[in-house]
Amino acid sequence: MSLEVRATGPSVLVQDLGRPGWAHLGVPRSGALDLPSAGLATRVVGNEAGAALLEVLLGGLELSTDHGLWLAVTGAPCEVLIDGRQREFGQAVWLPDGGALRLGPPSSGLRTYVAVAGGIAVEPVLGSRSTDTLGHVGPRPVGVGDVLPVGESSRAPVPVDTPRTPSPGPLRLQPGPRADRVAGDAVDLLCRTSYTVSPDSDRIGLRLLGAPLPLATATELPSEGMVLGAVQVPPDGRPVVFLADHPTTGGYPVVAVVDERDLWQCAQRRPGEPIGFTRAARG
Amino acid sequence: MHLIPVGSHALLAEVASPHHAVALAAWARDRTLARDVVPGAETVLFDGVVDPDALRAALDHWEPGEGPPGREVEIPMVYDGPDLETVAASWGCDADEVAARHQAAALVSAFCGFAPGFAYLSGLEGSVPRLATPRTRVPVGSVALAGTWCGVYPVASPGGWQIIGTTDAVLWNPRRAEPALLAPGTHVRFVAR
Repeated sequence: MSLEVRATGPSVLVQDLGRPGWAHLGVPRSGALDLPSAGLATRVVGNEAGAALLEVLLGGLELSTDHGLWLAVTGAPCEVLIDGRQREFGQAVWLPDGGALRLGPPSSGLRTYVAVAGGIAVEPVLGSRSTDTLGHVGPRPVGVGDVLPVGESSRAPVPVDTPRTPSPGPLRLQPGPRADRVAGDAVDLLCRTSYTVSPDSDRIGLRLLGAPLPLATATELPSEGMVLGAVQVPPDGRPVVFLADHPTTGGYPVVAVVDERDLWQCAQRRPGEPIGFTRAARG
Repeated sequence: MHLIPVGSHALLAEVASPHHAVALAAWARDRTLARDVVPGAETVLFDGVVDPDALRAALDHWEPGEGPPGREVEIPMVYDGPDLETVAASWGCDADEVAARHQAAALVSAFCGFAPGFAYLSGLEGSVPRLATPRTRVPVGSVALAGTWCGVYPVASPGGWQIIGTTDAVLWNPRRAEPALLAPGTHVRFVAR
């Protein structure tokens, strides 16, 4: 069973929960950027958590199947067309034998997820099917003409899934290991500054435009390990929030850390849109 | 050892030297104290920590000392790099002497980063600056120096290190049982071919 890719937009990637555990060899964790949306699509089609799906940036995906299958489209909302007829977003829909799926451009957000029953069954590398855009581990980005194998589906799709969808809001921050590199209270300054999303943002990091953070010292640190959600401040004072494909070590100071549960918003915020921070309550 | 929390699931341990970082990371990896144990130049990051208090308690028992003996790897290479003369000039010697000193050095992989399988090898005596303008493409297998570090490019990529030679050793292969030839803790010697 397989899917044939007829068209793509700016980027279509195979993603799953990523490959944590290899950071000491310089391998980014990777994995779907908007995990709540990817998880919803996965559940709706009846797949196990960790099954691979497609992460579609700004729509434009067209694919056909050689075998009827269930699929679900979640994340950035867009028109879902099957053989030209509009179908439900966020629910299991049937793609018939020889049928074609087409995704329109999202009305908001950036990344739409397409899960198919059985999962995308490309060969895993280091335990994951995710494409890592920094270290180039895992499958190549999906291109026109690619034939993607689909796994055996073991369960029926879920008729109703009513997740407690996370609502957008300011990203919760804890102080980072090098908060003292900022002249002042790093978390306070990040919370008080108005930032917008830079067009240079990608799966490696969400780059922020706004008043530069004043650094107490500009010297680089000896390279140290980096975590998901790290807010790294390069010498220009413009913070970068590290996302799934972030480098595993780095020499710029991490002055704060975003709560992992809020990072899905970084997957969906468009360039030019505002983004804000709030101090995390200590539990 | 100084322990700094990094978010809710990670701790950064500051140690005295790259040597200690390698030893602590090897010690911790055997004990599965975290999902990721990531040595840096003078730190070890414990990421994916379920129980930070248990990790702190375990780290109390660590003594800096001889770590477990690392794997030993010999890398055959040719000293034909475009920056060999520049390195010789900054070390105040000739190109042959650079090759001799580089082969005499007992290097240890301190940590990885930059690219999968790219190891920062410590143990060089001399230091060299990075290139003022990084090259847009450094060929795979380039053996290069920056600061007191030595590294080998596992894939072709941009890079700002001074290239002293080339090896055809396979640094990175995710299909191998040991994907990185120079995982942290590996002892490395270069041999002119």
